[in-house]
Amino acid sequence: MALLQIAEPGQSAVPHKHRLAVGIDLGTTNSLVATVRNGIAVCLTDEQGRALLPSVVHYRDGGGISLGFDALGARVSDPRNTIVSVKRFMGRGLGDVAHTESIPYIFEEMPGMLRLRTVQGSKSPVEISADLLRVLRQRAEASLGGELTGAVVTVPAYFDEAQRQATRDAARLAGLHVLRLLNEPTAAAVAYGLDNASEGVYAVFDLGGGTFDLSILKLTHGVFEVLATNGDTALGGDDFDHRLYCWALDNAHIAPLSVEDARRLLMAARAVKELLTISEEAPFHLRLGSGEEVDLTVTRAAFFEMTRPLVQKTLIPVKRALRDAGLSPKDVKGIVMVGGATRMPHIQRAVAEFFGQEPLTNLDPDRVVALGAAMQANALAGNRREDEGWLLLDVIPLSLGLETMGGLSEKIITRNATLPVARAQEFTTFKDGQTAMSFHVVQGERELVSDCRSLARFELRGIPPMAAGAARIRVTFQVDADGLLSVSARETSTGVEASIHVKPSYGLTDDEIAGMLRDGLEYADGDLASRALREQQVEAERLLEACAQALSADGDLLDETELSAINALIARLREIIGGHDASALSDGIAALSRATEDFAARRMNRSLRDAFAGRSIDEL
Amino acid sequence: MSVDLSLDFFSLFGLPRRFRLDEEALGRAWHTLQNEAHPDRHAHLPDSRGAMQGALRVNEAYAALKKPATRAQYLLELGGVSVDAIDGNTVAPEYLFEQLEWYEALEEARAAKDIGALERLAARLQTQAGSVIEQMAEQIDDFRDLEKAADTVRRLKFLDKLRLGIDSALAALDN
Repeated sequence: MALLQIAEPGQSAVPHKHRLAVGIDLGTTNSLVATVRNGIAVCLTDEQGRALLPSVVHYRDGGGISLGFDALGARVSDPRNTIVSVKRFMGRGLGDVAHTESIPYIFEEMPGMLRLRTVQGSKSPVEISADLLRVLRQRAEASLGGELTGAVVTVPAYFDEAQRQATRDAARLAGLHVLRLLNEPTAAAVAYGLDNASEGVYAVFDLGGGTFDLSILKLTHGVFEVLATNGDTALGGDDFDHRLYCWALDNAHIAPLSVEDARRLLMAARAVKELLTISEEAPFHLRLGSGEEVDLTVTRAAFFEMTRPLVQKTLIPVKRALRDAGLSPKDVKGIVMVGGATRMPHIQRAVAEFFGQEPLTNLDPDRVVALGAAMQANALAGNRREDEGWLLLDVIPLSLGLETMGGLSEKIITRNATLPVARAQEFTTFKDGQTAMSFHVVQGERELVSDCRSLARFELRGIPPMAAGAARIRVTFQVDADGLLSVSARETSTGVEASIHVKPSYGLTDDEIAGMLRDGLEYADGDLASRALREQQVEAERLLEACAQALSADGDLLDETELSAINALIARLREIIGGHDASALSDGIAALSRATEDFAARRMNRSLRDAFAGRSIDEL
Repeated sequence: MSVDLSLDFFSLFGLPRRFRLDEEALGRAWHTLQNEAHPDRHAHLPDSRGAMQGALRVNEAYAALKKPATRAQYLLELGGVSVDAIDGNTVAPEYLFEQLEWYEALEEARAAKDIGALERLAARLQTQAGSVIEQMAEQIDDFRDLEKAADTVRRLKFLDKLRLGIDSALAALDN
């Protein structure tokens, strides 16, 4: 007799089912979704075979959303309602956003995070990002043929707490289970490192559409240890476009622009920038809606000159990260270039000059982050074998502190601490008999609290009255592997406790997320809406079929007016059944149902009469 | 395998309890433990919260042992020497003059925005820290003179703090 195999509790004896997991690069300019298929990371494409999804969302007048390539045209035709580069607004207030004068949106200042007023109402950057993520989720589910177990969503390494929270909220709003927020340079290092089986110290230079990161990593035997990270979350390819835009305004001598023309000019500037990557000069030519013409030529040398300060600005985080890691440029074995903006030749030259070696550009800078994220998602979902494990040891980019007397920030966790990390510090009371203490959590490197970003405020109450300085209040900061913070405070002699998950001031609570998800069920333009439409179509078909049957059997129960009224409603429903308007369809169904209620009752009576015909009541 | 939270930091990494340390061995032991303890290793399991404590402990231990000043402070704690006063602000009187001198040099270079001077200061500081660390090794490992080592920890902490000051002065001049 064969021996029965019994698995260790909690472990499965059968090889587990492959879990569907994806990596998502939610980029300023383009977003991507990738997965590991047969052991190889691949980007998933749309029906036209395109991997990139332009991070553009158009809220249409009259309802509906267009995204990605479908929304590109609306950038000029409807600039106010066509949101590009929304990543720059994630977790940011109005005061944080540069160049608002050349941005066509109507901003609304809200505590913590700005909102954009569109024709479909006020939208937070979180909701707009969720619309992009939802499309990527649908693409992945359609392509992989099932529901996703989870996703790794990438964020710039230099994103602070508020920006990370906003990204995670957007993913949850899009119905994604977030396995991990992964830093973009680290994701790129995974894709590069595992491809090249590299060892040693590497720098990842990641210049995207709107953000810049520089991470220094040490690779040893499958461990990716981030030594230091630095960056600028408001520096990217967009800023190079903006320089060209300003240059064109100065040189073409044109009147102040309408929002449509401003968008036109900015898009032309981007095209010129991209052309200058491959050619020595580019025509800067466009006709504005005002009838005026811009007819200029930009040489590569002129472009390099006008953007030199931006290139210099990228070197500041490079120097700072190296200093924090205690290294000099010659200690770096290779520099990995990530992000579309690193295609610009003068960026590559500046990096090569600084490090004294040519940077690595052998992987597609637009895709490498998504590919690395997919590999990590696959690992986190539990799909890899034990022997092919790698480990990412990432760091927190910015110090976390508490406000102390005099408006100073006392750093509790310093930047570049390896995650996860917890640190405790003791504080004491200032006055005799003090029973409560309020805490102000801030993030940033500066000494003054007013120069740091305020994350949260909370209170510890119920401290027993003691002499000033006698209470011992232990405050613990804990940052998890996503780089997200929770703080707790405890009076150690009595055990009085207060703890919070730091929600940046704009704070979406779980209830709010749930509410937004419910709204999504009613209003979303994506899968949910199309499912609702399909359901209404099925319902309408069922009703039409039932009516046809009833009329042919019992049409004689209706007089002429009644019959023509019902026929008119049937004709109307047939007309709209193939359309895309679920609510019109639902109205049509309701109208026909109402009009046939009386008819149905009469039919019921007739069938009852027929059933009872010729029988006495006793037989029943 | 889960992390034994009752072990001291040296035992946790399987390293001898002394100040002189094989940094590579520390790094390898850290990686080995995190390979098991890190939350990424448990992300696919239904309850991954419990694993957090182990990973936090391993990182705390690594951070404490990696830097000479915190490693020495930890050894003193294990040896029962009070470390309350070790914060880099209080020093033995005989080093007060030395410290004032350092501060003045830093402030002068910072005010003059003199990158060269700041870098020379950083190099001088590194040499000085090296000799203080050597002295610490003798006091702790060779002579077991923990009281004396407490003073040395203060000196080293001061130098670390100064190093941060130089770095932030340099960072301000990066642009």
